[in-house]
Formats: sequence, structure tokens, C-alpha cells
Amino acid sequence: MSRYFTATITANLSLNSRHFLMELTSPKNENQALPGQFYMIGAGRGYDPLLKRAFSLFRNTPDGFQILYRIQGRGTALMRDMKAGTSVEVLGPLGRPYPEPSKKQTSLVIAGGVGIASVFSLVEKFPKQAYMLYGARSGEDLFYVAELRDAARALILSTDDGSLGKKGTVMDSLQELVSTHAPLLNERLIMYACGPEQMLREVSHFGMVHNIQTYISFEAHMACGVGACLSCAVAVKKKKRKQKSYQDGEPLYKKVCTDGPVFDAGDVAW
Amino acid sequence: MSRLDVQIGSMHLKTPVVSASGCFGYGEEYSEFIDLNRLGAVVVKGISLKPMHGNPPPRICETPCGMLNSIGLQNVGLKVFLKEKLPFLRTFDTKVIVNIFGNSMKDYEKLASSLDDAGVDAIELNVSCPNVRKGGIWFGTDRKMLGKLVAAIKESLQHSVLITKLSPTVSDIGEFAQIAEDAGSDAVSLINTIPGIAIDINTRKPKIRNIIGGLSGPAIKPIALRMVYETYRRVTIPIIGMGGIMNASDALEFIIAGATAVAIGTANFINPLTTVEIIDGISSFMKQKNLTALDDLTGSLHAG
Repeated sequence: MSRYFTATITANLSLNSRHFLMELTSPKNENQALPGQFYMIGAGRGYDPLLKRAFSLFRNTPDGFQILYRIQGRGTALMRDMKAGTSVEVLGPLGRPYPEPSKKQTSLVIAGGVGIASVFSLVEKFPKQAYMLYGARSGEDLFYVAELRDAARALILSTDDGSLGKKGTVMDSLQELVSTHAPLLNERLIMYACGPEQMLREVSHFGMVHNIQTYISFEAHMACGVGACLSCAVAVKKKKRKQKSYQDGEPLYKKVCTDGPVFDAGDVAW
Repeated sequence: MSRLDVQIGSMHLKTPVVSASGCFGYGEEYSEFIDLNRLGAVVVKGISLKPMHGNPPPRICETPCGMLNSIGLQNVGLKVFLKEKLPFLRTFDTKVIVNIFGNSMKDYEKLASSLDDAGVDAIELNVSCPNVRKGGIWFGTDRKMLGKLVAAIKESLQHSVLITKLSPTVSDIGEFAQIAEDAGSDAVSLINTIPGIAIDINTRKPKIRNIIGGLSGPAIKPIALRMVYETYRRVTIPIIGMGGIMNASDALEFIIAGATAVAIGTANFINPLTTVEIIDGISSFMKQKNLTALDDLTGSLHAG
């Protein structure tokens, strides 16, 4: 089977005015995506918009998969208007998934805004194993809260405006969690995060300070999704041995599409 | 039975469809989607002597019917290419064309002779990348430098066919094609991307970090086609035409305008099967029109 296929949209639900859930079919016998992997989806007819858009796997279904997307520009605005029954060109599943937690590990899963799309299936896959910290601007931007509460060992919500959960950011919640549940830091922790870049930066720093293995998922503009166009660069730290063969002090770039989108936070050059 | 094979210098391509440099990785990236054996050649991402990091992100942005990119020639470098990338391509029955990029005449000569020794079928001289500061495009837009470079590289090659990739940022591309031909180039390929800008009006920042990027995709097709047409009138060496080719009909336009072969770039990103779909499309067009060889089509524009 090919990772390039025509999918049929089976549902395209409005979660609120800016966020939607699209359900698509995938070919029989095709590998299901793993948490952290993504699909490239053709949003337009004809050449404008030209490129496919990248979306994380939100959740697998018996006949395909779901994505959770936010209206960001022209491509996603066109997707919003697509009706069930429409077919779209899809490439995927693509990229490296989140490394799975071992049985002895406790997960800290952190999602900011639409970053929930990337980590939701991870939390569902390992029931009652993760502390899930999920934040957004306001309560109406927090989705699938009941499902997350079922799947997670604990769910801690936060909003910038305090309309649901704690008022503040996921980072505030994270700090509070470790200060009120200090023994947690003695467990074998593994941390996963997806959200705005500033949040990922802070999560990485937190992981470093507390010596927690941390994986973060990046978003980037990309054209091909398969490692050919080299558009989706993310700067990583150089391994000393390799540094020599490169000229001057410029950063080393990895590809979000095939080296990521999930990276070991310790490898990223912020 | 119509024949799809074409000749580029001493190199025989089984089909007139090749990948465009920078849009097909090192071939392996697309090998799970298509049978590389069907391509006339795989043209790989530009190779420099030393590996290059490329430009800081964001490196691309979408524009109407096209995209701007400023990758900055990120590549694995000659050594890794020869050791890790070329052996894979050699397992296929397709020609290997290596696009090379240097900061100096010496760089180009070293690259060309090493790749020639390694037995690559053709060298594509990249003298037209808009996204790096030094070298490259300076050779492609300076008449004297271009002639000198092409002649020197031709001299250093034993077996490999020499293709010069021309920049569209000159007032008369036919003249530059002629310079390449006179200096000994076996073929020319055109066009490289056209420099452009896109701006975010809210932040007033350029949409790509390098400010200027190269425009590709269907948006540039009429310009590319015009340049192929102009070049065909000026040179006798074969032309590899490219610029916004999305389907067989686009490819046929280039062939009728004067291209012997066509390269597929940005279209691979949208549909990884584009190259083979174009081969099939050209084949059925020829059957439909009762054409036996592509030669009958190349440069057959009825201008009258």
C-alpha cells in the first residue's frame, strides 16, 4: 500500500468557531499512524493554494483517522467548508512518533492550544498512566476534556482567562504540580509536549532542570513532508565529532518532517 | 509504438522526464512512491565540496499558485554523497545527474572531476541559485565568468555529460545559453527559480527569513516556457526545460517550445507520482497523435 492515497472525508465537525475535527478514511491494510505522526492533506482544488498542509494524527478510527485543526489561513479555511463525502489527497502517516513510555515510567503530557491534536492519542494509548496538563486561552478552546479525564491518571486544565481550570499557563500548572506532589519527581518520569514554541522552550528547560527525558513535537512550514525539500528546518546542537566537517559556527539543521516532528528536547538548539 | 527516449549529449535517457534538482532529495525520498527506473534521470540536490547547513527558517512560504524557497543549498557534501547517496541511486536503471555548486572555480573543478571519476552520468552546473551569497549566481549572470567556468569544467570531464543550469535573472537568457554552448556545454537546463519576496503586513516581516527566495510552481510556467522558446532559437545543444510543470500537458508545452527533456520540481511535493504520471501522459498523447518519436515534437511550435 502506498502512503499517498485519496481519502474520503466522513465527518467535519465544528468544535467552536476556529477549531474543527475532520475524520477521513484511509486505505485498508494501510499502517495506522502512531501518536506524534502526521499527515499531509491537500486543501485545495487546482493550484491555489498549492501545497498540502501538515496535521498531526488526532485519533485513529476503525476506517481511518481524525485530525483536529484550527483555522489558520486560506488552506484551513477551505478545509472547514469541505463536506462529508469530499475526497482529498493525503500523504502519510509521516514522521517519527513519540517514543513510548516504559511500564515503569510516569508520563507528563503537556499540551498548549491546538497542540492537543498531537498528544491526545498518546494519552489514550496508555490509559491512567499520564499526568495531562492542558492549557488554552479560554475554556471554549479546551477540547475532549471528558475523554482526557478518563484516559489520564490526572488531568490539570488551565486557561489564560481562568474560564476553565486554573488561571494561568500550563507551565504554571506544571510548577505547581511538582511543588504540591514533590514525590512525583522521584518517579521515573518521561515528558511529552506540543504547543507554541515559547511553551516548548520552557518545557525543555524544565526537563533539563529536573533531569526528565523530554520529547517535544514541532510545527513547521513544509512543502513535501518526506525529507526532500528541506523547508522545515529546526536548529539542533552539533555533536562534536561532526562539527568539524561543517564550515564556521552556523547551526546544524534537522528536518521536522523526517527527523521529527518529535525531537528529544535535549538535542534542540534554542 | 512511439518512442520516448531522448539524447542529451552522449547520454541516452529512456524517457524525457527527470527530477529537478532540490525537489527530489537524493532520490531515496521518493523511491517508496514511484519506480525510479522509469525516470530518464534523477537529478539530485545541489552538492558542494563541504556539507552546507542551509539558511535559517522559515525557509518557504506559499504564494498564489507557487512557493518561495530559500533553503540555501543545505546538502550532505561531496564525501557523504559519494559514500552514502550515490550507491543507492546506482541500484536503479536510470541516469544520475549531479547538480554541483561552488564558491570558486576551483570548487567546481574539484567537484566535477571527483563526480566524473565516480562515474556519474552528467554534471549539472548550478550557476543560478538565488539563495546563497557567494558564488553560484555570479557565475551565471556574468558573461565572461560563465564562459570561463564552463570551459574549465568541460576540460576536467572525461565521461560525464555537462549541463549548465541557467538563471532566469538575465535580460537575454538565449545569450547565456549560447555562451554555455560555445564554451563546450553539452546541454542547458532552465529555468532556475525566479527571485521574489512575500511580506506579512501585520509584522512587516518577510515571510521567509532570508527576505528573498526563489519562486517556483505553476506561477512561473509561462515565463519558463518563454525562456525555453527563446533559448531553442539560439542554441543547437539540447534543452532540459523546467518551471512549474504539473502534468503531461505542461510538459508537452515545454517540448513543443524546444525542450528535449523536462524536469519536474515543485509538483513532486504536491503529488509524489507526478513524474511517472507525466511519462504515461506523454506516451498516450503520442499514441493519440500517431507520433513515433519525441523528436517530431521538440521545437515544433507553429509560430506562423
